[in-house]
Amino acid sequence: MSRTVRVGCGAGMWGDDLDAPRQLAERGQLDYLMLDYLAEVTMSILQKQRSRDPSAGYARDFPATVAGILGPILEHGVKVVADAGGVNPRGCAEATIAAAAKAGAGGRLRVGVVTGDDLLPRLDALLAAGHALAHMETGAPLSSVRDRVVAANAYIGADGPLEALTRGAHVVVTGRCADASLTLAPLRHAFGWGGDDWARMAAGMIAGHVIECGAQCTGGNCLHDWRTIPDMANIGYPIAEVSDDGSVVFTKPDGTGGRVSVPSVTEQLVYEIGDPRAYMTPDVVCDFTGLQLEQSAPDRVRMTGARGTPKPEMLKVSVAYQAGWKAFGTLTYAWPDAADKARMADRVLRERLERLGLRFDEIVSEFVGAGAAHGAVTPTHAGDDAPEVMYRIGVRGMNKAHVERFTREVAPLVLNGPPSVTGYAQARGKVEEVVAFWPALIRRDAVTVSVEVLQ
Amino acid sequence: MKVRLVDIAHARSGDKGNIANVGVIALKPEWYPLIARELTADRVAAHYAGAIKGRVERFELANLHALNFLLHGALDGGGTLSLRTDAQGKVFSTSMLRIVLDVPDAEARALGLPDAP
Repeated sequence: MSRTVRVGCGAGMWGDDLDAPRQLAERGQLDYLMLDYLAEVTMSILQKQRSRDPSAGYARDFPATVAGILGPILEHGVKVVADAGGVNPRGCAEATIAAAAKAGAGGRLRVGVVTGDDLLPRLDALLAAGHALAHMETGAPLSSVRDRVVAANAYIGADGPLEALTRGAHVVVTGRCADASLTLAPLRHAFGWGGDDWARMAAGMIAGHVIECGAQCTGGNCLHDWRTIPDMANIGYPIAEVSDDGSVVFTKPDGTGGRVSVPSVTEQLVYEIGDPRAYMTPDVVCDFTGLQLEQSAPDRVRMTGARGTPKPEMLKVSVAYQAGWKAFGTLTYAWPDAADKARMADRVLRERLERLGLRFDEIVSEFVGAGAAHGAVTPTHAGDDAPEVMYRIGVRGMNKAHVERFTREVAPLVLNGPPSVTGYAQARGKVEEVVAFWPALIRRDAVTVSVEVLQ
Repeated sequence: MKVRLVDIAHARSGDKGNIANVGVIALKPEWYPLIARELTADRVAAHYAGAIKGRVERFELANLHALNFLLHGALDGGGTLSLRTDAQGKVFSTSMLRIVLDVPDAEARALGLPDAP
């Protein structure tokens, strides 16, 4: 039997199940464990934390997560590749080494640090050098929001983490690396795939795409036959078992819940993709249209047929900028005529906001239980006899004082608006800062990735 | 006869900026050609008329018995700007499945399609 390499994904986002990395490290018979912490919004939160405290700016629970699986890492050779570094990969690596030392690793743990994705310190120099960083959808130049930018990161690929693994790191910490590259790097490390071996590179990236959202490919958030998915409370996190020829078996640890089936994997394959013939990544352009899936055994789905074409000349950049303030308020109206009561409350409130002269860029009213989730696509009379309807109103604007004042205006409806109202503990929402995203492209040669290995 | 998409397909959706992506997957491989024929970009655009601001793009994944749709201008500006409950397009999947197809009776019987209740 030819050799296979097992890569598990124990975190699909920051805030995912804290026990999942341990489940995979201890029960997954893994060679590599990848952990994905970074959503777009996470980068701006981390950048803000770092501006207040230069030692912050990374996924704070990562060092403890590593300290909790030192056995598998140091005794069984499971290597960890994670984008936990956020906007401070070095700080994350140092904290990880400290946590490991405290947990008894002595000086044995080697942590690789991949940097170069953070463009914020270089942003003005890049703009001055002619990198417009124009908005990918609107074409507007970044200069139109430059003074409000709070984070700017290029999506880098597998080369950095691969180098860290090659230099003997047990744990690799990156900043904004493409999620699936955290799977490809281990596969290139294990199999020695060349950086221009496009078919196998695509297989590795597509494997990463399937597992990068954690249990979302093993029965979590799975619409297909959802009532029968076993033991969701003990759901297994995904493992890609990859062969040197680029074929992949998706599975999960024995004795866990959930389900790995052709439908569960297909749902994740089509998740957040564009043109399936040209799925863009920093490492390769993937073609999904030749993929074949088969259920090779219970909870094992085999994938073959990945195709790839050369990597793009441009890297994606995610810029985060301050875009005002927002707040929400909610009230719950009870039967009879719950939806009508909620709609009347909305009319009353909007008239008052108008009279107060409050100005917002956006006001959205929703009637939860009468069509909030599907919006305009909801059948007209869907909520007519609902036992209750939650009125949910949100406002967004650049004037913080107006948003603040809005939060005072919802609760009074309990006494001076339509009847049968309850659930007003959430009537007065908190004012939150809005951070918006500006997708852009930058030439690959403008981004320099650096790797160091700490011990 | 009327056939509900929810009875012959499953789906998953998500976001990329202000675009919602909806993957629609046939519940049986033999139902895919019918879905691919009926669920055109125009049909989907008509379903979402008034609910999205931009165009609908469609891609075929016959190998997975699936279609991928991109709904442009679907998310009030995108993830963090949108004030909606579904700011990230997570349940466009099931709003897509509200579509009801008109299928010739003979074809529906031959394919064993479930009748709309």
